[in-house]
Amino acid sequence: MTDKSPLTLEDLPNSYIGRTIPRPNIRRLAEGRGTFTDDLTLPRMAHVAFLRSPYAHAEIKSIDTAQAETSPGVIRIVAGEEMSRYCTPWVGVLTHLKGLKSAPQFALAVGRVRWQGEPVVAVVAQSRAQAEDAVALVEVDYEPLPPVVDMETALAPETPVLHPELGDNLAFERVVEAGDVDAAFAEADAVAEEVLHFGRHTGVTLEPRVLVGDYNAGAGKLTVYMSTQSPHMMKNIFATHTGIDEDDVRVISKDVGGSFGIKIHTYPDDMATVALSVMLKRPVKFVADRLESFVSDIHARDHRVKAKIAVKDGKITAIEMDDLTGIGPYSVYPRTSAVECNQVLNLVGGPYDFANYRAVGRVVLQNKNIMCQYRAVGHPVAFGVTEALVDSAARAAGMDPAALRRNSVIPDDSYPYTAASGIKFEALSHQESLEKILKLMDYEGLRADQAKLRQEGVYRGIGLAAMIEVTNPSPMFYGVGGAHISARDGVTIRLDPTGGVTCATGVTEQGQGTEAVIAQIAASAIGVPIEKVRVVTGDTETTPYGGGTWASRGAGIAGEAALQAGRALRANILEVAGAMLQAEPDRLDIRNAAVVDADTGSERMTLADLGKTVYFRGNELPDGVSPELVATRHYSPRQFPFAFTNGVQACWLEVDPDTGFVKLLDFWVVEDCGTVINPQLVDEQIRGGVVQGIGAALYEHCIYDEDGNMRNATMADYLVPMAAEMPDITIEHVETPTGESVLGAKGVGEAGTAGAPAAVFNAINDAIGALGGKITAIPATPELILKALGKV
Amino acid sequence: MKPAPFDYAKPSTLEEAFDLLEAHGEDARVVAGGQSLLATLNMRLSAPSILVDISGLEALRGISAGSNVLRIGALTTHTELIASEEAARAAPLLRKAAVHIAHPAIRNRGTFGGSLAHADPAAEYPACVVALDATLEISGRDGSRRVAAAEFFHGLYETDLKPGELLAAVEVPVLQDGFRSGFGEFARRAGDFAMSALAAHGRFDGDEVHDLRLVYAGVDIRPVRANRAEAVLAGKAITRELVAEARSRLAEDLNPTDDLQAGGATKLLLSGVLLERVLSDMAGAR
Amino acid sequence: MDPVREITVTVNGERLTARVEPRKSLVDFLREDVGLTGSHVGCEQGICGACTIRLDGTIVRGCLTLAVQADGAEVWTVEGLSDSAEIAALQEAFQERNALQCGYCTPGMLLTAAALLRDNAAPTRPQIREYLSGNYCRCTGYQAIVDAIESAASQMKGAGS
Repeated sequence: MTDKSPLTLEDLPNSYIGRTIPRPNIRRLAEGRGTFTDDLTLPRMAHVAFLRSPYAHAEIKSIDTAQAETSPGVIRIVAGEEMSRYCTPWVGVLTHLKGLKSAPQFALAVGRVRWQGEPVVAVVAQSRAQAEDAVALVEVDYEPLPPVVDMETALAPETPVLHPELGDNLAFERVVEAGDVDAAFAEADAVAEEVLHFGRHTGVTLEPRVLVGDYNAGAGKLTVYMSTQSPHMMKNIFATHTGIDEDDVRVISKDVGGSFGIKIHTYPDDMATVALSVMLKRPVKFVADRLESFVSDIHARDHRVKAKIAVKDGKITAIEMDDLTGIGPYSVYPRTSAVECNQVLNLVGGPYDFANYRAVGRVVLQNKNIMCQYRAVGHPVAFGVTEALVDSAARAAGMDPAALRRNSVIPDDSYPYTAASGIKFEALSHQESLEKILKLMDYEGLRADQAKLRQEGVYRGIGLAAMIEVTNPSPMFYGVGGAHISARDGVTIRLDPTGGVTCATGVTEQGQGTEAVIAQIAASAIGVPIEKVRVVTGDTETTPYGGGTWASRGAGIAGEAALQAGRALRANILEVAGAMLQAEPDRLDIRNAAVVDADTGSERMTLADLGKTVYFRGNELPDGVSPELVATRHYSPRQFPFAFTNGVQACWLEVDPDTGFVKLLDFWVVEDCGTVINPQLVDEQIRGGVVQGIGAALYEHCIYDEDGNMRNATMADYLVPMAAEMPDITIEHVETPTGESVLGAKGVGEAGTAGAPAAVFNAINDAIGALGGKITAIPATPELILKALGKV
Repeated sequence: MKPAPFDYAKPSTLEEAFDLLEAHGEDARVVAGGQSLLATLNMRLSAPSILVDISGLEALRGISAGSNVLRIGALTTHTELIASEEAARAAPLLRKAAVHIAHPAIRNRGTFGGSLAHADPAAEYPACVVALDATLEISGRDGSRRVAAAEFFHGLYETDLKPGELLAAVEVPVLQDGFRSGFGEFARRAGDFAMSALAAHGRFDGDEVHDLRLVYAGVDIRPVRANRAEAVLAGKAITRELVAEARSRLAEDLNPTDDLQAGGATKLLLSGVLLERVLSDMAGAR
Repeated sequence: MDPVREITVTVNGERLTARVEPRKSLVDFLREDVGLTGSHVGCEQGICGACTIRLDGTIVRGCLTLAVQADGAEVWTVEGLSDSAEIAALQEAFQERNALQCGYCTPGMLLTAAALLRDNAAPTRPQIREYLSGNYCRCTGYQAIVDAIESAASQMKGAGS
């Protein structure tokens, strides 16, 4: 236990772990003094705008830029063939996703366009407005081809094949089989079946995608300023496809205005912008406008799942399911678009203890915008399916839905545990979490209120959703399949002669509070007030190599690296101090930025004085002392592929049966993300995530017509949750630290989004079930609910 | 997206405005608050060669109430209209409707006249002025003319305004004894455009309703008056059964088209719910 | 045809004269010509509220106002209101409550919140939510923002009058 003393001795002056510390770096954002990438203006910077395909599927017959070339301010107009000489195509496959296939994707379409919104021509001009003026003058002659829109018929023999060289439109298929599924269904007391649809939606980061490519021909160096989650990954990708030596590429991510998984992929317009900078030897800026964002930022979900569940003796015994998803015309590079379906197969049934599982997943190509990993990848689908099945099974078995969950969740004393799908859990707390939320929400009381109100014609519903979340991914997620995506992250911590501490880390700040969390851990590990700590992120040249922000990994992985680096620096400092003070280092401690006598706490020397001596008056140091006031440590999980978290969410809402409108009344979350470093930041991640999940449940939907055109690609028409309709959210915690790290922290960034859609979905069905209604799709629009009630 | 280039002029008199509109003809667009127009320009959905900004025309400003008529200048912003106690007394329907329009920052700049002249089929004010039997005052080079609200809205974004004319003001009859107004709206989120909205105005004599006008927004290419539903209710005491009968006639009055938020059948159903709820509120308000 | 107009605007108390294209929005003018990048562009359609600024005393959408329309007007942005300390209590509460994550919506939120508190010194939570209904935040889920405005309101009430 002494090993954990900086964490557990909360009476120490600089133990910040487990405490709410307001983020030190947000005052500048609150004063409008952040630096988002679009805030940058570089000398000779040009602006690019793209002509995008108005067709979902068409042959490009000819491109005429003659008139556009004469438009004021135009610098250069480039189409696909020419662009391909500056930026090579990429293919989004990984070897561990066996059989996954995709076709080469170009920065600008060559020959054929395959989705409405695909960039076709780039126009570089002195201003964005001028670039758009010229785009309007470019003439492209298209020969429309029949679009593949409906994923249900994408594999039919009469359906055109998107990429003839692939042979068919099947990108990926996976089958999971465990136990004896047929026997379990044959023996079941109750069986329930569902066909569920999860609408295609997108991230809508308030700051759109933006980057500035800045190629310095004299130095042969490319600097890319970019709103991204993963600077090192993008550095590798820019180098690989522009042919510039990777060591000559630098990616700098300033403030990022929301990401949620949108800003971690290879987008053709981003690649074209960087290539244009190389081509023109000057800075080129691209800012996606909102209309472009809707048809070019990755979409997600869009799954159709047929599933059934078996219950025997009041407990879940088997799940069988078939998942179909359409991912657009390409598997996205480098993370691939098979991961969401793969996750769904892994995660369905995840909170429950059952042995019999059969799942088929198929990923098909189609002429819609590309799909890839967005916040809580696969989770909302997996728990949407699982929790809908559990509620249906409870109805079929005549059980209370809470009781069926109570009987069926994996018992808290059964870890480590391997699920039927093959995923491994180190330690979770489903039972404790479930009991906690039922008490928190007063489940029995709500049931009584519900029954009473129903007599008065008021239809309220309770929705429960148990969930797990993939966090702290190991190399098994991407690296094992050949992607240059670091699962490892590092922190370098330096003590300066001011007594100030600077931490540099490869994880990035997207608003989730990475910098605050790293500062809290470093301050605690070293023994300095948090005000003394600065954190540097988002620059491939000044931070340790690392993976960045994804899969809820920042706190758990970089946090552990910060803890270890902080401890190493502390040991280094105490070694120097011991030599200077002629004391045994282990009799000394660091508190409040001073070296103190460990037993009495009396101050021996401030860190600033120590630093000044080391840096300015090294001659005073005893012979043989070689101070290292910098330490770097890295961390990557290895024992388990992921550190799973668990939680339960519950929703209380009212459906107006006359109109189909839903009013959210209350929402609760009990979450176990292991060691909580900053309770406020954890809770705010959950709240924000829940509200994005509510968006999926009630509002967000990329609506396509039969020609493959997205019909609601504006902010007025694509609805996201707004303040007036959202509930307050009550959160409590169970803490089961991961034993893989000393810190014990797991991730929490996606939990809210993972569980909320299922909770809302179940609550709606709980409300309208009394009227004989049942929804089987999200988003649950008023019209969908009215249809479920047979009213329209 | 940035707008295509255009020129800009801000006349300070009506004469100057008419000169500009005459000189540029169809290439000119009038801008007041600009809360709809600038959004469409930012999407390059239209590309006028010049914007004529009428916000400096003092003649189009102000709210004044006489004994019979409330006069609302076209440049009155939504915020000014909501804040006006005179307007709230003389035509309470307008405030009831205006709070459904978008959000504070939009209401601060968007104008009453602009909303009417733009004639978005889902906008609230067009239905209100028809329900209130208001008169629109239109200024042109040769003087002004007056048009009944019911005659003003021709179709989708189309009005009785002729090239070179400006909507100057609206005259609303001051609320007389016994008259009541009701307004209801269904929108997906607060401030969104209406899936269906109902502006209702009529005279109550005890439980009986007379001179009732039921005008819907968001269900057709322009505000629609529910004549058959009105006829069912005319001169009768409002009862649940009677309202249900009126509701049953709505399908003959309204033929809502599908949009992104709902199909026509849903909009018809929501319109029926509005009828019940708005009338119930009005009947209950004494 | 690319006409340019001369305008004189008082921005955050500083009078300045500039030549702008009529098509340039006020928020683009502030960001690109004046260098005040605190007001953000999120949709250019008046929906998201990230560009909310104060024009002649009331909040407006910077993307639905042209720079030429601000000729002769007084404009305040988040930078100016920070320096004048007018919104200090709100900023303090936002930081304390973590009512901003990425910070992209925050300047618009703060200007909207300041306008609300000027109209209504003690708004209820539903009133706050309603008033903010035109300002998108994709990170927080709004509860922290509502909390922060509530807390700033009570603090301002305690401190003032």
